[in-house]
Amino acid sequence: MNTERQLCSFRLGDLLLGLPVSCVQEVLRFQQMTRVPMACGAIAGLINLRGQIVTAVDLRQRFGLPARPAAAEPMNVVVRTADGIVSLLVDEIGDVLLVDDGSYEAPPATLRQPARSLIRGVHKLDARRLLLLLELDRVLAIDATAHEQAARRAGQPLGAG
Amino acid sequence: MAEQDDIMQEFLVETNEGLDQLDRDLVALEQDPGSPAIVAQIFRTMHTIKGSSGFLSLDKLGRVAHLAESLLTLLRDGRRDADEAVTTALLASADAIRSIVAHVEHDGNEGDDDHAAVLEALSRLVEGGPRGGGKTDPAGEPAPAREPQSGATNGGANTLRVDVGLLDTLMNLVGELVLARNQILQVSGQLGDTSLVGTCQRLNLVTSELQEGVMKTRMQAIGTVWTKFPRVVRDLAVSCGKQVRLEMDGHATELDKTILESVKDPLVHAIRNAVDHGIEPPGPRRDAGKPAEGTLRLRAWHEGGQVNIEVSDDGRGIDPAAVRRKAIASGLLTAERAAAMTERDLVQMIMMPGFSTAERVTSVSGRGVGMDVVKTNIERIGGTLEVHSVIGEGTTLRIRIPLTLAIIPALIVTSAGDRFAIPQVNLLELVRLEHPAQGIEHIDGAPVHRLRGDLLPLVHLDELLGQRTVTDPDATTETNIVVLQADGQQFGLVVTSILDTEEIVVKPLSKQLQGLQAFAGAAIMGDGRVALILDVPGLARSSGLLGEGRQRRAGAVDAAAGPEAATASWLLVRLGGGRRVAIDLAAVARLEEQRADQVERADGREVLQYRGQIMPLVCLDARLEGRRAAAATPAGEDSEPLQVVVVRDRAGRTAGLSVHRILDIFDEPVATLARTSSPLLRGAAALQGRVTDVLDVEAVVCAELGAVAQGEHR
Repeated sequence: MNTERQLCSFRLGDLLLGLPVSCVQEVLRFQQMTRVPMACGAIAGLINLRGQIVTAVDLRQRFGLPARPAAAEPMNVVVRTADGIVSLLVDEIGDVLLVDDGSYEAPPATLRQPARSLIRGVHKLDARRLLLLLELDRVLAIDATAHEQAARRAGQPLGAG
Repeated sequence: MAEQDDIMQEFLVETNEGLDQLDRDLVALEQDPGSPAIVAQIFRTMHTIKGSSGFLSLDKLGRVAHLAESLLTLLRDGRRDADEAVTTALLASADAIRSIVAHVEHDGNEGDDDHAAVLEALSRLVEGGPRGGGKTDPAGEPAPAREPQSGATNGGANTLRVDVGLLDTLMNLVGELVLARNQILQVSGQLGDTSLVGTCQRLNLVTSELQEGVMKTRMQAIGTVWTKFPRVVRDLAVSCGKQVRLEMDGHATELDKTILESVKDPLVHAIRNAVDHGIEPPGPRRDAGKPAEGTLRLRAWHEGGQVNIEVSDDGRGIDPAAVRRKAIASGLLTAERAAAMTERDLVQMIMMPGFSTAERVTSVSGRGVGMDVVKTNIERIGGTLEVHSVIGEGTTLRIRIPLTLAIIPALIVTSAGDRFAIPQVNLLELVRLEHPAQGIEHIDGAPVHRLRGDLLPLVHLDELLGQRTVTDPDATTETNIVVLQADGQQFGLVVTSILDTEEIVVKPLSKQLQGLQAFAGAAIMGDGRVALILDVPGLARSSGLLGEGRQRRAGAVDAAAGPEAATASWLLVRLGGGRRVAIDLAAVARLEEQRADQVERADGREVLQYRGQIMPLVCLDARLEGRRAAAATPAGEDSEPLQVVVVRDRAGRTAGLSVHRILDIFDEPVATLARTSSPLLRGAAALQGRVTDVLDVEAVVCAELGAVAQGEHR
């Protein structure tokens, strides 16, 4: 069937998230990171991926979930975007799942906010599992305003402009 | 003639690229008629072709391009729809241009075809004016251009054209190789196998050279682009009836190839604008009391991990009032908004699309695309553009572009456990305070340090970056100050520790991080980890040092601080015969008592082991009298301890001065210095009511350290 598609799945807290395999470059174990001061919390740090500097975005932060327990090491899902590659930090990597377009639905209207804008749709899987398809552009839409807000909340000195 | 060939060659390559783009865009326009973005893009391409044809005296080409551009102006202003007749005529003009270019490429002239059909079709459409005017048959299909056999003129035998994408790939591969090498070196060291160690060392060497070579392939001096400009300026000046002298400064400033390519066109535009609009004809110049010959200056330099390029002229400048009128007339601004804008902001308006202050439409420039093209191109590569203008005195256009992928020397520092790279170009000196409580004063809570009498504002990097460390002000640990300069303003950055200098490859930050003005990029360090590169001007702005009412020069700082700043702190010592010498306390690192038997000798000079380093010891008494003598002459066990003043020069080098007695530390302004004959003295002054020699620490250390360095090599 040509309406089937392959999704790379990964776990974040209780959520099962997915992205089309075509936009996932690779999956990596936890990498040493260089933190970025003054950046908003969603920026976990910078990774050296074979000579390329890749920004790691913590999905837990994006989804407003509590921070990962200190002992748990996140996994990197390296995704390709129009502006280069970015790594998403997730809890656990799942299988590549074959889903049918027929199982797809728009996200329910009751979904709460951070998640609502970050999810494109839902695939109903068997055994009462739901796979949430990420809206990658939104997930990665972090700009100067986000950093400034984070800095203001923390009461840090601000860039004057 | 070689220069002309060069220009021509460049023109051909560019125009061919432009034509390909034109074809694509015209087709896109057909599918999406009326898209302002596409029309603007076509307009720019055509404008560039027209401009180039102007200074290469390709008249036929110029005629076709000029008419096509006029038609495009109608499209852009919405006075005509992009119907089929229009796109066909534009495509026909692109074909005509292609055929002329092919002729030029083949035999250097524009060919015999006069392209009358295309010109006629274009002018009919232009004169047909507003929409519906004239059901023109756009000359049908112009006779298919006969393209001469091309491929005769390819460059020299010793150069190759290599795809920049390939160089990028090579660069990344080399980066990986370097990291792999580092690991292998470590492992081989542990194994201790001699043959493996030997092989690894060779690998090491080859890798370093490879890395260097690949990096070099990407760098080009800006001079390679500038070579064409004298001719461009001359021709323009002649055609405008002006006298212009071109000055160029900073030929050797190296830029990444890709960046160089992208600034070339904007620079030509800027120069064309300066000659055509900026510099006045000789008559008005003389009337204004300026030399008849105008000056156009090009400058390029590295600053703060960025490349600065300035195009300045001493012409009539931009009249903010004229800009205001024009902006209102062309509907870019409402009268109220225009009235509220500052003169500085008004001047920036000239970079808005569709703006031009020129009264006439000339073939050189003046259709209001120039500056907007420049701005678009510069911003595409992450650069910024600023215009400063003083009416009657001239205009300066400053382009700042990032050094992406350039290699820069950087100082590596740590702050609260994180490593940062500071571009060496911003670095003035390093200062270490061993007792921070003494070296740092506060003005209304703002920390400052007295650096040789000047007040240096201090910025704590950890605070600035919000790294939240518990800093104990009474901590006995030393304080490291990195003295930096940004836009003429000096400031001291307090860091936790200073590591080393390293050549780093600047990599841009991802889109998500570009809003952070504290960082200019990131780099991969020798150990494979990533370090952020500090953006020094950005830091200065973040800490309020470069606000609106900023002080332009570092010297203004002490002027603002009033008489206070003229007061210096002095260390007073006594030499033989009761001679009093004052040493600027800012240069004094430490006072030490040393036993005479700790003095050792290296090549006949006295040295001390001081903090793991060998420090020369100078007998100040003898040295001031122009002789060398041992400080610790009778080196007996029970002899008096030596009084040593450890001084540090601006380069951070230390030397010990042995004196008879340390008398006092006091603050006193120096009114006047009387000249003295010794080159090691700044002069003599009345301090504490008595005549005192004032030591020139720099001179003393310099005189000594050259000698010691030679001695060590022996």
